[in-house]
Amino acid sequence: MAQLLQHLINGLAAGTIYALVALGYTMVYGVLKLINFAHGDVMMVGVYMGYATAFAIGREARGSFLGIAAVFAVAMLGCALFGFLIERFAYRPLREKPRLTALITAIGISFALSYGFQLDIGFLPGASPRAFPEIIEPKEWLIIGDRDVVVWNWQVISFLIAVGLMVALQYLVFGTRFGRAMRAVSWDHRVAALMGIPTDRVIALTFMLSSGLAAGAGLLYAIKDTSVSPLMGLYVGLKAFVAAVIGGIGHVPGAVVGALVLGLVEEFVVGYAASTWRDAVAFGFLILVLLVKPGGLFGRVAAEKV
Amino acid sequence: MRRLAPMLLAALAVMAGACEKKTQPTPSGEAGTQAAQGQSGSTVSGTPAAGSDTILLGQVGALTGGQATFGISTRNGIELALKEANAAGGVNGKKLAIRVYDNQSKPEEAAQAATRLITQDKVVLILGDVASSNSLAMAEKAQAAGVPMITPSSTNTTVTQKGDFIFRVCFIDPFQGFVMAKFAREDLKLGKVAVLQDNKSAYSIDLSDVFTRKFTEMGGKVATTESYSQGDTDYRAQLTAIKKTQPDGIYVPGYYSEVGVIARQAREVGLKVPLMGGDGWDSEKLFELGGSAISGSYFSNHYSPDNPDPRVQKFIADYKAAYGGVPDALAALGYDAARVAVEALKRAKDLSGPAVRDAIAQTKDFPGVAGTVTLDDNRNAVKSAVVLKVGDGKTQYVTTISP
Repeated sequence: MAQLLQHLINGLAAGTIYALVALGYTMVYGVLKLINFAHGDVMMVGVYMGYATAFAIGREARGSFLGIAAVFAVAMLGCALFGFLIERFAYRPLREKPRLTALITAIGISFALSYGFQLDIGFLPGASPRAFPEIIEPKEWLIIGDRDVVVWNWQVISFLIAVGLMVALQYLVFGTRFGRAMRAVSWDHRVAALMGIPTDRVIALTFMLSSGLAAGAGLLYAIKDTSVSPLMGLYVGLKAFVAAVIGGIGHVPGAVVGALVLGLVEEFVVGYAASTWRDAVAFGFLILVLLVKPGGLFGRVAAEKV
Repeated sequence: MRRLAPMLLAALAVMAGACEKKTQPTPSGEAGTQAAQGQSGSTVSGTPAAGSDTILLGQVGALTGGQATFGISTRNGIELALKEANAAGGVNGKKLAIRVYDNQSKPEEAAQAATRLITQDKVVLILGDVASSNSLAMAEKAQAAGVPMITPSSTNTTVTQKGDFIFRVCFIDPFQGFVMAKFAREDLKLGKVAVLQDNKSAYSIDLSDVFTRKFTEMGGKVATTESYSQGDTDYRAQLTAIKKTQPDGIYVPGYYSEVGVIARQAREVGLKVPLMGGDGWDSEKLFELGGSAISGSYFSNHYSPDNPDPRVQKFIADYKAAYGGVPDALAALGYDAARVAVEALKRAKDLSGPAVRDAIAQTKDFPGVAGTVTLDDNRNAVKSAVVLKVGDGKTQYVTTISP
C-alpha cells in the first residue's frame, strides 16, 4: 500500500513535468498546425541557461528564494527569446510553404541543438551528462511510517510551480485579450488576420510562451533527476509529444490530462513490471487511445474539405 | 485529424530515419582535426599518413554521447603510446599514425566507422571500443574483412568469440561478476543483495548474470533483479521496488552516467546500503553526478593509480603532462592496447592481416600499466582485478582479487 502511494507520488511528479512540456507542443500546434519537434531541445537549452545561472550566482545564493527565482527567470526569459528567434528565422519564412517543410525544419533544429550541444567548444557544454546544482536543498517534507513513503520539499515546490504555471497559462489563454487573439488564430489564422488580429505577433508570442514554459519544465526535471545532458530534450520531448497527442493535440487541458496519465502509466509499469516494458506500454497506450478516439481523449475530429 | 494523421506518420518516419540513418562517422574534436588533416598529410607524429613510411592504425571510440569520457580517455592513452613509440623510432623504421572515428556511443555508428577504417582508410589494425555493444558491432566487420582488432576494455565474453582476429587486453565480464560476488560475500559479508541492471547493455546483463550465479553459489541470496535503460534519469520506481526487499547491498553494473544519479535517488528513497559495480563506473564524472551519495560504494576495476610500480607512475606522470588529470583505467588500457599492438607489429613478418594476427596472439607476459598481459587461447587477457572504494572525490584501493 505504501509502495503504491510512493509510486503515485513519483508518477504525478513526472506527469506534471511532461504536462508543462506537452502544453508547448499543443499551443504551437493550435496556432500553426505545426508539430514543433525542436520543442524538447529548446527545453534542454533552457536547462543549460539555468545551469549557467546557478553557477554564476554561486553556491550561497543558490538555495535562497531569490536565487531560485533568478535561475527560473533567466532560463525562462532567455528561452522565450530563443524561441522567438527560432520562430522568426526558421519557421516564419516557411509560413506559406507546404507544412511538411516546416516540420522537417523543426526536426533539423532539434538535431542541430541536441548534437550541437555535445560539442565542447566555447559555451557549448559537451557530451557528458552533468550534475545539476541543488538549487533547492533536499529535505523531507512528509514521512509516512518507517520511511515507507517519503515526500520531498522539492517535489512539493515543483508541483506548486507546475500548477502555478498551468493556472497562469489557463488565465492567459481564456481570460485575456491576447488569449482571445491566440484562440482566434488557432481557429482560422486567415480570418483572424482579416479581423485585424496581428497574427505574426500572436504566433511569435505563442512561441515565446511555449519556450518559456519548456524552460521551466526543464528546470523542474533537472531538479528532480539531478543530471542534465544534451540529449535530454529528445527524450522528454518525445514523451511530452505523446502526452499531447493522447490528450488531443491542440487542446490545452487535454495535454495536462494526457501527461498525468502517461507519467502514472510509466511509473506503474516500471514499478510493478519491468523498465523494458515502459516505452512499449506508453506507445501501446497511445495507439489504443488513437484507435478508440482518433482525435485524442479531448480532441475534435474535424472533417476537412480536400 | 485527417490532416494530422499523415503528417504524424511522415514526422515519425523522418524521425526514425534520422535516428537510424547511417551518417558518415564524422571525426570530432581533436581527433577530428587529426583525421581531417591526415588526408592532407599531417598525423599524430607529424609525418604523412599516406605513404610507405607510415603504418596507419584506426580507432573507433565513443567521443560523443553517453559514454564520451570513455572514448576520450582511451584515445588519449593510445595517442600517448603511439607518440612514445614514434619517438623511439617507430616500427622497423616506419612511423605510426592513427585515424580516429567517433561512434556517438552507438553500435550502428561503430560498425559504420569500422567499415570505413577497413575499406576506405585501409588500416592494418583497429583499436576500440570501450562499451561491449559497440565492440561487438565492430568485431563483426573486422573479422569479416580479416583485419585484426584489439579492444582495450570491452569485457563482454562474446566480443572475442566473433573470431580469431579479435583480441582484448582486459579481463572478461564473468571475472568481474565473480570478483564483486566474492568481495561482497567474503569481505563485506553481505547476505542478501538486489541487482539493478541496464537492460540496453550487453555488458551490464553479463556482469549481473555472473554476479547472481556466483553470489548464490557462495551462499548469498539475490532478492530481486530490477532493470533500467541507458539514458534514463528517473530510477525511483525500481529503487522503491528494491527497497521493499530490504537488501544489504545493491549491485549496479552500469555506466557512470547513470550510476551517479541512481546513487542519489537510492539515498532519496531511503536505501542506505552500499552500491557495487564494475569498471563502467570508472570516470571522474561519477563523483560529480553522484555527489556524496556515491561515497562508500565499491567497484571492480582494471588498475589503480595508487599502484607504486615505477612503470605505472611514469605513465601517470606522462599522461598528466600531456592531458592534465590522472588517467583512468580506460586510458591505461588504451595505452596498453596500443603498446601490445606496436610490439606485435614489430614482431609480425609483414603487415598483412593474418601475420599481424599471429603476432598479437603470441603476446605473453607483456608488462602493461594495467597488469601483465598474457593472451590465452580465446584471445582474452588473463589478469587480476582490483576493488576500489569510492570516497570523497577520489577512489581508494581496497584489495586485489585474482582469477
